Amino acid sequence: MNGRQGVILVAALLVSAGIGEAKAGPADPSILATIIKWTPLLAQGFALNIAMSFLAMAIGTAFGVALGLGQISVLAPVRASAWSVTQFFRNSPWLVLLFYCMLLLPFEFRIGDSFVSLPGWAKATVGLALPVMANVSELVRGAVQSIPSGQWEACEALAFTRLQTLRMVILPQCVKRMTPPWMNLYAILTVATPLTSVVGVSEAMTLTGDILSSEGRTELLVPMYLYLLLWFFAYCYPIALATVALERRFQVR
Amino acid sequence: MDLQPVWDWFRVLHATTGIKLTIFYDAFDRARFLNGFLTSIHLMALCLACSVAIGIVGAWVQGSQLKLLRAVTQAYIQFFRNTPPLVQLYFFYFALGSYLRITNAAGLEVPIVSNFVWAVICLSLYAGSFNIEIFRAGIEAVPKETVEAAEALGYSRLKAYAYVILPLAFRISLPALNNNLVNLVKTTTIAYAIAVPEMLYIANQIWSDELNVAEMMNVLLVIYVSLVGMLVYVMGRWERALRIPGYTP
Repeated sequence: MNGRQGVILVAALLVSAGIGEAKAGPADPSILATIIKWTPLLAQGFALNIAMSFLAMAIGTAFGVALGLGQISVLAPVRASAWSVTQFFRNSPWLVLLFYCMLLLPFEFRIGDSFVSLPGWAKATVGLALPVMANVSELVRGAVQSIPSGQWEACEALAFTRLQTLRMVILPQCVKRMTPPWMNLYAILTVATPLTSVVGVSEAMTLTGDILSSEGRTELLVPMYLYLLLWFFAYCYPIALATVALERRFQVR
Repeated sequence: MDLQPVWDWFRVLHATTGIKLTIFYDAFDRARFLNGFLTSIHLMALCLACSVAIGIVGAWVQGSQLKLLRAVTQAYIQFFRNTPPLVQLYFFYFALGSYLRITNAAGLEVPIVSNFVWAVICLSLYAGSFNIEIFRAGIEAVPKETVEAAEALGYSRLKAYAYVILPLAFRISLPALNNNLVNLVKTTTIAYAIAVPEMLYIANQIWSDELNVAEMMNVLLVIYVSLVGMLVYVMGRWERALRIPGYTP
């Protein structure tokens, strides 16, 4: 694998710009000039996408690890409730969870006497963090269970407590096993951030729509959407390559 | 079967507790929600079938001798895997759809491909790109000796794929395929964005009319979680039914 796919996408963008050019009137500015004109605005929107993905990943990972450890708890009620929470959020559609958070979280809440307002993007981030949490929880459970049970027994023989075994022996190995799928999950989360445009967050997708309606030129549609796709591709493809490389490196042992 | 008592019970529920489930006791809401539900099921079924077909064909093409064909498939896979499905849907529906228009008898410009069909095309291509990789991994896990044995018995490449490699690879791929199909079922909700009247879209209409956001959201979550649960159950049963006793690749 190499950057060939990116080259193909850039070529498609240029070809579509050329086709658009042929359809445009002589007085209109060129397609490429229009795209370049709007690039700073699009970059701002894209920065919000990335910020939301970072935040949702951080929140989701923190809660997900806790939930995953709950799934391997020795206490049956903790195990059962952690399992059902995980399954629920893993099986519900991202968009429905987004709607849920957007419409049912308050737009401001009170701390003492002051009101703290909760902007749309923050609520959307919570909505995105929920499925991430459930997926991380499954990753943790899977990774812990993939460690040979002999190691648990060896630790027991060495008089480690359960907590010590987890902290000193099991979890350090899990981190390594979890990294590639965790990166994969991050890429999935990043390509899910445009969903927030549906619930009214002004990110790259919403801005693209705004740009297109303010320009009002149909020949701009294909190049502009391809341009937006290219932004995401340029961000996610390297992550995918790194994931594959890491997986390969960890496999050879 | 007369369900009127059931509907009446929900009306009483609203009167006594304020839980407003109009989709049960209001005949109009009931009819449109049922339509949305059926549209969702229709969308899911079509996308599931098409994406699996794309996966099977794509995995076969990936093993082709032609370098160009392999490169095109690889480009398709990487493009669909690494870009947002929602933007893909917009790209297909708004951008490509703007070119595919004809003028009808009344002199109006109408799209050739409806939004429902665009949703099926886009979601199938999206999930199909993952399915190709899943089947390819399954094919790679089929022992080389088995493939060589098929060759030695005079199977052509296509016949060996259809009768020997795919049946084994399919069994190996099932758990991963299962995961991806669950994902696909959940992703069908993005058809909402191009106004396909599926369940989320109808639910949105209903909660705008009846102001029962919380109830409808919970109904949606329960329905989706149970649909996914059903899919997981059926696929699990199928996985067990297909298992060859004693065979471990």
